[in-house]
Amino acid sequence: MGILEVKGVNKRFGGLQALGDVNLSVQENTVHAIIGPNGAGKSTLLNCLVGKLIPDTGSVMFDGQSVLGRKPHQINQMGISRVFQTPEIFSDLTVLENIMIPCFAKRDGAFRMHALESFAHEKELLEKAEAMLADVNMLDKRHMHSASMSRGDKRRLEMAMCLVQEPKLLLLDEPTAGMARADTNNTIDLLKEIKEKRDITMCIIEHDMHVVFSLAERITVLAQGRPLVEDVPENIKGNPKVQEAYLGEAAA
Amino acid sequence: MTEQATNTPIAKPKAPPSIVASTGFLGLNRKDATLLALVVVLTMLAPFILNPFPEGSGMAQFNAGYPDLMQRFVIFGIFAIGFNILFGLTGYLSFGHAAFLGVGSYAAIWMMKLVTLNIIPAIILSIIFAGLFALLVGFICLRRSGIYFSILTLAFAQMSYALAYSVLTPITGGETGLQIKATDRPILSGLEPGEIGRANFFGIDMRTSYELSLGDWLFTFNAGYYIAAVVMLLSFYLSIRIFRSPFGMMLRAVKSNQQRMSYTGLNSKPYTLAAFVISGMYAGLAGGLMVAMDTQVGPERMFWTASGEVVLMAILGGVGTLIGPVLGAGMIKYMENIISKINETILHQWFAFLPDGLEDFVVSMIYPFIGKGWHLTLGIVFMLVVIFLPGGLVEGGQKIAGLFRRKAKTDDTPSKTPAE
Amino acid sequence: MEAIILQILNGLDKGSAYALIALGLTLIFGTLGVVNFAHGALFMIGAFCAVTLQRLLGLSHQIVDETRKDFLGNPLKIDVPYMHEWFGPEIGQSIIEWSVPLAILFSIPIMAFIGIAMERGLVKHFYKRPHADQILVTFGLAIVLQEIIKYFYGANPIPTPAPPAFTGSFDFGALVGFDANTIIYPYWRLIYFSFSMIVIAGVFAFLQFTTFGMVVRAGMADRETVGLLGINIDKRFTIMFAIAACVAGLAGVMYAPINSPNYHMGMDFLVLSFVVVVVGGMGSLPGAVLAGFLLGIVESFASMTQILDIFPGINQIIIYLIAIIILLTRPRGLMGRKGVMEE
Repeated sequence: MGILEVKGVNKRFGGLQALGDVNLSVQENTVHAIIGPNGAGKSTLLNCLVGKLIPDTGSVMFDGQSVLGRKPHQINQMGISRVFQTPEIFSDLTVLENIMIPCFAKRDGAFRMHALESFAHEKELLEKAEAMLADVNMLDKRHMHSASMSRGDKRRLEMAMCLVQEPKLLLLDEPTAGMARADTNNTIDLLKEIKEKRDITMCIIEHDMHVVFSLAERITVLAQGRPLVEDVPENIKGNPKVQEAYLGEAAA
Repeated sequence: MTEQATNTPIAKPKAPPSIVASTGFLGLNRKDATLLALVVVLTMLAPFILNPFPEGSGMAQFNAGYPDLMQRFVIFGIFAIGFNILFGLTGYLSFGHAAFLGVGSYAAIWMMKLVTLNIIPAIILSIIFAGLFALLVGFICLRRSGIYFSILTLAFAQMSYALAYSVLTPITGGETGLQIKATDRPILSGLEPGEIGRANFFGIDMRTSYELSLGDWLFTFNAGYYIAAVVMLLSFYLSIRIFRSPFGMMLRAVKSNQQRMSYTGLNSKPYTLAAFVISGMYAGLAGGLMVAMDTQVGPERMFWTASGEVVLMAILGGVGTLIGPVLGAGMIKYMENIISKINETILHQWFAFLPDGLEDFVVSMIYPFIGKGWHLTLGIVFMLVVIFLPGGLVEGGQKIAGLFRRKAKTDDTPSKTPAE
Repeated sequence: MEAIILQILNGLDKGSAYALIALGLTLIFGTLGVVNFAHGALFMIGAFCAVTLQRLLGLSHQIVDETRKDFLGNPLKIDVPYMHEWFGPEIGQSIIEWSVPLAILFSIPIMAFIGIAMERGLVKHFYKRPHADQILVTFGLAIVLQEIIKYFYGANPIPTPAPPAFTGSFDFGALVGFDANTIIYPYWRLIYFSFSMIVIAGVFAFLQFTTFGMVVRAGMADRETVGLLGINIDKRFTIMFAIAACVAGLAGVMYAPINSPNYHMGMDFLVLSFVVVVVGGMGSLPGAVLAGFLLGIVESFASMTQILDIFPGINQIIIYLIAIIILLTRPRGLMGRKGVMEE
């Protein structure tokens, strides 16, 4: 029984079958990659996991509980954090504030009226946030306006914001999309480091095979909204079905 | 992208305040405490500061140190501070805030008509009623964001105005509004037969004034003003606390990125609603104080122009800054009073030194902007601020201060940080 | 039955004004992505175009008629409008009386000029700024425009009559087979309704059948893509702004005889037109027109004495109530598209 169990999920948009009978099982403490050509339904699947979309049929169980019908913030509170394709941070706030917000969310839940409280009484959270920033080598930037940072730094900040919540499952939506080779390698190193340092389950949606084969322990291949194969990376490489799916895309 | 654009701030904060600043006096950091102290001194000494010109001199018309105007400064200051908590922090632009002010006013006047002429219960009731009304309106309007939200609040306020103007005449007095009459017998105030009730603060009549004559100068110290000023200082202090609290940070997060917020496990709805209600309660407080000062209320207090005015105040002063709304409120109320008082004769006096033809020309050029044309001046100033100075007067002040600082710096070493 | 038809007819004129203003608002919002708080001011300026033309045509000079004496025995001074002098008293007089319809021609270049000046001079610089800034700057402009009008024309409403041929009423009921005198309807309102239908049809035809319109519609659907095709969208959008200004202006010109123009009529209509746009669905042109007429008619029904007896004052708030209910049940409005100003 995996930490995330997706069973028989279907999603239609008008006449288009975006997801057809998708099954997926992500084991605890593994890095699981979901790959597939464009339009394979990867992003749709991800959106079904985080509550942005609701599947037409099927079930999504996380940690023994169904996520269906819950709002994104409730699903996050269950322990799923998400990194976006383009970093989504609070760009009007400082780096430290960006990290403090998930700290508060983790401790106080979805809403708390702390209108007359002061940060001076939040030493514990401040220490936690600064430790996290030190972890991703951003402590010296903590008072920076986060909008003025480089894209790479924004990506690191977003990951730090997710990690400081100590999620059980970290979802990454094409974390290296649009990056130069060097940045991609940095991101791979960062993710490897994260994996080494803590017990965390990761589910990566990725286009870049280099990234996938450097990180993933298991891979699910989606094609036209359906799961094609699920296997360890070594077997995926040589799988004729997978090659066909990708070649088909290249030919088109 | 759209949803972000909708809630982006009017002005980008240049240097976001550090959240870890040490806290000292009253839970404020040093900078905020200094600001508060400055505002305390200014409001307490306002009767002096606003009356710089001797009585009877030609400049005396620029004096603003009379009770009625000073009361308006602080009351509209409260209104604008409250509006700023909503718009400045969350980026939700309400175009219907006057509705809460009106509800507060009506609640206060009924309290004074029926129960007691002491202003404290009236003000408390006005805060409660405005808060409840804001809860209802906010619950509905906050289902939408951006421009929809602005229009919904506008619709609610206009509906409230229409209700107060006609439908609810038994409660609101319709077009003529409500005032305290000789027939009103508040049960706790023990009035003599035929005596018209007057608003008081534990026996102190709001209109009590002490006049101090120093040479040619005349200074008026009014009980109503000082009570309103203390309430304003309290509101200002609370708003600083809210701005600097984790809650304030969450509200800025709402403005910055709602998507990230919900994927961080936070529900932005209750945060925004709380900000809306707090801001509505501030408006109710302002409405209650207005009644406490002049014991009357009419539906025009809820008209959309009144909602527009508080928007102008906040923008003019500087949205999202602490002191900006207070400055904006003071500025607009001062200009309204002074500019609308200037007339053609005064202009001719001023420019009498010019040759006749030129004098007439100059006067005719300025004439459209003064007196009844004061709204034209306001509109132009407001447009200029939105176009060139989105951070309002506060940003303008910072820019000027920055200019001087850079000048001082360039004398020894060239400035390293590029100008923004 | 007669009463129902009468109320529908009564709602048409206000509905037409709402529809025309909302149409312009939607055009500007859909193409430029700008919420124009100054649109009501354009409607008001249109109405004052009619006032101005009426005054211009009525300009006169005094001549002294030696043959006639006033009661003091002095020679009588009489005002002779230039129009009488130039075209003879009869044609001249009818030109003066027809000033409102003539103002249609008079207002189009003025409104187009104002529209272009507004877009090029002000609104253009706010495309990249937040919606709140756009609202604020156009709100400021609305104040300035209405104060300028107030300075020149004063604060009181200025009666601007329709041509005498259309000032009366006619028996609409008798025309369509009901008893005589059951449905009496003023001519001018019927003209106003027909006129706005023509303007609306014109705008739709323009968008539907011209290449220009096609590009604009494509731009409304997806501005970035159309921009990528190398089509100069900005220039076309300037023209759209001018067209929207003209539509609002024409609505104002023809509305002048129905309600004497005053300087704040623009804002009064704007608030309601926003509600109309929201009810119709932001960004939907047919929605704006439909909602405009619908709300106009609903408002007219709510003003019936029978209804007012049950719910006093309901006519004052009915539109807002409907807007709130619609937004809560159909957040995108009656015909709103997905993705317009969505969260």
